Amino acid sequence: MDSGTLFNLVTIAYFISMVLFFAYLAARTNSVGLAGNLTALVGLILHTAALGMRWYESYQILGGDGRAPLTNLYESVVFFTWSIVLIYLLLDLKYKQRTVGAFTMPFALFGQLGAQMWLNDSIDPLVPALQSNWLTYHVITCFIGYAAFALACGVSIMYLMKIGKEESFEGDKSKMPGLLGFFPPTRVLDDINYRAIMIGFPMLTLGIVTGAAWANYAWGTYWSWDPKETWSLIVWFIYAAFIHARFTRGWVGRRAAWLSIFGFAATLFCYLGVNLVLSGLHSYGGA
Amino acid sequence: MSEKQTNTSLTDRIWDFFCSLKLTIIILLLLALTSVIGTLIQQNAPAEEYIREYGQANYELFVKLQFIDMYHSWWFIGLLGLFSINLICCSIKHFPRVWKFVADPQLVASPGTLKNSANRAEYAVKEDAAQVSRRLSELLKKEYGKVTETEKDGKSYLFAQKGIYSRFGAYVTHLSILIIMAGAIIGNLWGYKAYVNIVEGTSTDKVWSRSGQQPVELGFTVRCDDFDVSYYPNSRRPKDYTSDLVVLENGKEVLKKTIEVNDPLTYKGITFYQSSYGPAGNAFFKVKVTENATGKVLNLDARQGEHVKLPNGYAFAISNFTENDRQFGPAMQLSVNAPDGKPGRPFVVWKNYPQFDVKRAGIFSFELIDFQEPQYTGLQVAKDPGVEIVWLGCFLMMFGSMSAFFFSHKRVWVCLETEAGKTKIQLAANAHRNQAGFSLAFDEFKQKLDATIENKSPEKEG
Repeated sequence: MDSGTLFNLVTIAYFISMVLFFAYLAARTNSVGLAGNLTALVGLILHTAALGMRWYESYQILGGDGRAPLTNLYESVVFFTWSIVLIYLLLDLKYKQRTVGAFTMPFALFGQLGAQMWLNDSIDPLVPALQSNWLTYHVITCFIGYAAFALACGVSIMYLMKIGKEESFEGDKSKMPGLLGFFPPTRVLDDINYRAIMIGFPMLTLGIVTGAAWANYAWGTYWSWDPKETWSLIVWFIYAAFIHARFTRGWVGRRAAWLSIFGFAATLFCYLGVNLVLSGLHSYGGA
Repeated sequence: MSEKQTNTSLTDRIWDFFCSLKLTIIILLLLALTSVIGTLIQQNAPAEEYIREYGQANYELFVKLQFIDMYHSWWFIGLLGLFSINLICCSIKHFPRVWKFVADPQLVASPGTLKNSANRAEYAVKEDAAQVSRRLSELLKKEYGKVTETEKDGKSYLFAQKGIYSRFGAYVTHLSILIIMAGAIIGNLWGYKAYVNIVEGTSTDKVWSRSGQQPVELGFTVRCDDFDVSYYPNSRRPKDYTSDLVVLENGKEVLKKTIEVNDPLTYKGITFYQSSYGPAGNAFFKVKVTENATGKVLNLDARQGEHVKLPNGYAFAISNFTENDRQFGPAMQLSVNAPDGKPGRPFVVWKNYPQFDVKRAGIFSFELIDFQEPQYTGLQVAKDPGVEIVWLGCFLMMFGSMSAFFFSHKRVWVCLETEAGKTKIQLAANAHRNQAGFSLAFDEFKQKLDATIENKSPEKEG
């Protein structure tokens, strides 16, 4: 079986998982939520296998010039979705809030579909500028960070959907009826948001540092205010503000949720927008 | 007296302003917002480009607002300065409180802590206090490390803690930002970024600064022996750009290295990076010419564009050359001039296919024996005495933020008192961060605690 087939299976698994999570929202039966989680887990295992297979295939095609599958836009999107599902399943171990799955799997599915429909998945040898071990460290840390921010954005949306209703609800908040009542308590959503960003922020920091170290090794400049670098710093500033906002009265709750959504929008622009709209050093190998 | 009061309150107000966390959030968001400008407007481009794209009036506005080089503008640097002051003030304000946890830990729990802590336990046993205390100490020692005992008001207290360093994570992170900034300033003041082009076989002892195009003396000489581009098999995709560099001091070779992209050469704090390349002067060819009528063979040297004489008044000139013609390897394009000077039709000769040109059936057939295309290698040159300081800052930042985010300061207090022939035990624990996670850990700890109090090991119980 080649990696292409495996990636197709992954997409199908994520699709089924998403449908199950939506069904879970409608049916509110725990077994459906569990099924959604298990499908996501099967998808993640297949996904890991597919990444490994693509790595192996690169050696088959390029001989000694094979490399980790983290070098062009297609590979980065596929790794991004892998990280999103991984972070979701990790946080699920702790929180067991499966409704979050319904707000996470769409990100993963959309990424997989996008990569497979629109992006070039050929395995090409690396241009000299990308031939460095720093590439692997840089990409892994950045994308785990991005994925954690994606999850934080998902639960922030849930938080904003629920908070208004919860505040105006008279009586025991844990017995709120309807779909929103089925969501985790806003206190828990707020906590997951913070926890995800606590994973994402050090990862982003490490991503920026490894990028700087690589740039210094390749060009002799660790920072050159290139648009991609600058946008990663913008994202860093926003989440740094978020973290400090936790200690300030009046900045928790709604504002924190908005800041998280705003931060993820900046993250997406840093990841995709900079390449599509602005020019700079990160060409994704011409993809 | 009232005037003095207003004075203090004014200084207090200024101090509070610089210590405020609200200021931190506002500065961080302002830095994020203003940084966007420099990604939308190209930085440090020639004036004509801005005028062409935005018009004269807007260009003048950009110059006034320093948008052309905004990351070095007074207002952006000012914002970074304010950020640093805020960082320092916040740290000074809060540090003593944190230091108190080290210098003067709370060894005796207040009744309030013991009654109201979210993680607490209470027991009453018949054993005497000393015995229970010994067993508890052992458990705490295993779970938390050092245990401190205090006697007060006829009660006996135990205290243990771990992870106190995580309280300092934030300060280490803040300090690291200042260190990185210091490293960047040092690099700007005492370092430079420059470039130099060296033609193969030649050497240089100066490089050209990127700011101001001034020559910078290296204090030693760098020679480039060879530059090479290698390609992936069956492809025009470059695999590597390499330069054989030699460092000379007083004419003596002191260092030799083949540099490539992502693998530079460093000597005396100055680093040379493979950056670009290009042709330097005309290519030089060795050509074998056969006069087809007689079979006479001539070995000739030729430069690109130069006319070379052939027998009977003929001549040829190489008009073009490529190292890799599609998939066929090196090729030259040339034409033969008739004795009357009229140029012939140009044709191509491939080095790897020497028999091809015979089939053209001209008066002469050509073979390309060898060629040399002199090239220059383009090197980035950087000297940055601040870079180690920046790495130190980065390391501290990772270390600080990890310990701040992933660990917490955990404390546990025990109070033992004898009451009506029984020993009353109260225990409370807290973590300064991640309460939810600590609650789970405390539930596990409590099982061990129950077993310890009842004086049996939890394993036997399970």
